[in-house]
Amino acid sequence: MEAFVNVSGIAASLQAANIDTDVIMPKQFLKGVDRSGLKDGLFHHLRFDDQGKERPDFVLNKPEWRNARFLVVGPNFGCGSSREHAVWGLMQYGIRALVGTSFAGIFFDNCARNGLLAITLDEEKTGWLMRAAASPDNSELTIDLDCQRIVGDDLDIEFEIDPIRRNALLNGLDAIGQTLTFRDDILAFQTRHLQENPWLG
Amino acid sequence: MVGCDISSGADRVKKARTLYDKLVDSHLVRKLDERGEQVLLYVDRTVLNEYTSPQAFTGLREAGRSVWRPQAALGTVDHVNPTAARRVAEMPDAGAARQTAYFAENCREFGIELFDVLHPLQGIEHVVMPEIGLVLPGMTIAAGDSHTTTYGALGALGFGIGTSDIEHYLATQTLIYKRLKTMRVLVEGNLAPGVRSKDVIMALIEKVGASGATGYAIEFQGSAVRDLSVEARMTMCNMAVECGARGALVAPDEKAIAYLAGKPRAPKGSLWNAAVESWRALQSDPDAVFDAEVALAAADIAPMVTWGTSPDQAVKITGCIPDPRSEADPGRRRDMERALAYMGLEPGQRVDAIRIQRAFIGSCTNARIEDLRDAARVLDGRKVAAGVRAMVVPGSTSVRRQAEEEGLDRIFISAGFEWRQSGCSMCLAMNDDILASGERCASSTNRNFEGRQGTGGRTHLMSPAMVAASAISGHLADTRGFTDMH
Repeated sequence: MEAFVNVSGIAASLQAANIDTDVIMPKQFLKGVDRSGLKDGLFHHLRFDDQGKERPDFVLNKPEWRNARFLVVGPNFGCGSSREHAVWGLMQYGIRALVGTSFAGIFFDNCARNGLLAITLDEEKTGWLMRAAASPDNSELTIDLDCQRIVGDDLDIEFEIDPIRRNALLNGLDAIGQTLTFRDDILAFQTRHLQENPWLG
Repeated sequence: MVGCDISSGADRVKKARTLYDKLVDSHLVRKLDERGEQVLLYVDRTVLNEYTSPQAFTGLREAGRSVWRPQAALGTVDHVNPTAARRVAEMPDAGAARQTAYFAENCREFGIELFDVLHPLQGIEHVVMPEIGLVLPGMTIAAGDSHTTTYGALGALGFGIGTSDIEHYLATQTLIYKRLKTMRVLVEGNLAPGVRSKDVIMALIEKVGASGATGYAIEFQGSAVRDLSVEARMTMCNMAVECGARGALVAPDEKAIAYLAGKPRAPKGSLWNAAVESWRALQSDPDAVFDAEVALAAADIAPMVTWGTSPDQAVKITGCIPDPRSEADPGRRRDMERALAYMGLEPGQRVDAIRIQRAFIGSCTNARIEDLRDAARVLDGRKVAAGVRAMVVPGSTSVRRQAEEEGLDRIFISAGFEWRQSGCSMCLAMNDDILASGERCASSTNRNFEGRQGTGGRTHLMSPAMVAASAISGHLADTRGFTDMH
């Protein structure tokens, strides 16, 4: 997994609530057996019209935000389908962090497994960042996971993150490898569990 | 978010516990932090599909890892296969062919049982798993599909995971799991005639919002829930994810035990007796405290339909399209305006006057045998309105067979419905069952997102009986105007 320590870049804002994973990565991009080719699928129907031409009004098509590294998003971002393709597509586009008031549960976990930092802030602070991201002069931010701060032109915001998640992101840890260090615990649990509930065997 | 009082994991273990707490505690391999909020959770079982699993198997191969317990996984092809009446092994497009071929190779190589498209037990994963008896009370089941919450109807903690976590499960039989807060949804009283469990869950989602239960596991309680069949409870638990819940439970009762008795993969003989004894103890302690409480009066619930592009944008079928100008919050007003523009609707319009071109009965939410019987009761002796294309896609090949034994297929066909093979089909339109741009569909599915059933397609969610009533009427219609019924 890609580590996240300290990243600087442009932030773009996507205000709408409940942006679901069907919108983030539509069905026609889900027919692969690997993770490739998802950059084009990202927000496909928001970015492109029926003829495949860019929609000039969409924020990521505007010159100021074309190279955005962060998205400041509306509530319940990533709701709906469990498709991890949504997170892969964001990463392939170059997005490294999301900031919003709330994220859907499966999506939030998928972000953590792929090195995409998802930061939850209260409505007021998210609003400050939303306004900064919407202004081409103030949209450059630095997100420092080590210090847990988001710094912009006239902004310096601390954020909370679960320590286990933070550590995994900072070090780009392989979760499976970590868990397999507990192999003996898992085996011992399983033996007892199947003895106590033999119908599960 | 619903207001809540967060108690620590340590407190929970000592105090009276909810059913959710008991399920997590009984699968706790080890704590990953001091308070036990993050745990290594043992997961009893999974079900795999062809579209969210391939990269997980590739990951295992690349790391040289094996599957921890292959007999605790089942594969079923459901998302990409066609549902045309004649079944063939070949997939119509290269992507689907690649996914099903790779899925078969993965299941073969790692020793996992597979229900491929020609298998007599093939079907939508969340329909297949309970109907063959692979979902048992007290289990933890995680799967690469958000609607895994369905299994809570049998008192199993089911939840959706992404592909990375599928790989983690396959390699370790565990997941890194953060304890959820708990929400009791109490539904007391009697549902009015013609009101289904779909209407109950849609009313809940409308009440708490699309993220109202984010971070929570729901437990449904109350006399109206006890009165529901197990399959009707599955509809509620299935759609609980549409208000953000990552687990939705009904404590197993005698109905759940009767449902499981005799299922082919359920335990038998003395194992069955031991299991039943253990299942009867699976309920929240009477004095257990939930982090949040929501109450719905069963008698006030009416048949529901969605009008927008989020499942919480719903009204009673007797209602009108809401006016964004009456919404004080500017963000919500903008979202409502966008939804109405996408849906081609005007504020104040009567919902039951909205004309449709398509009707779809299917999905893991509402394509079980009881759903088909319910829709067939409405359709019996009637015809689909001119200009409406109507489809029924049974939740599994077993459901299709059962329906044919009962003669339901003849009712659907003579009403003008297409009687199709099983799969996820037009719930998410990954196969060739798809809405054209601008087409409006009465749908028994779970998501009315923009483009969900086809780019530019317009989805109105409702119960199967409501889809049937709408198909006959040519516009969204109240099922209570037909032969009702309970």
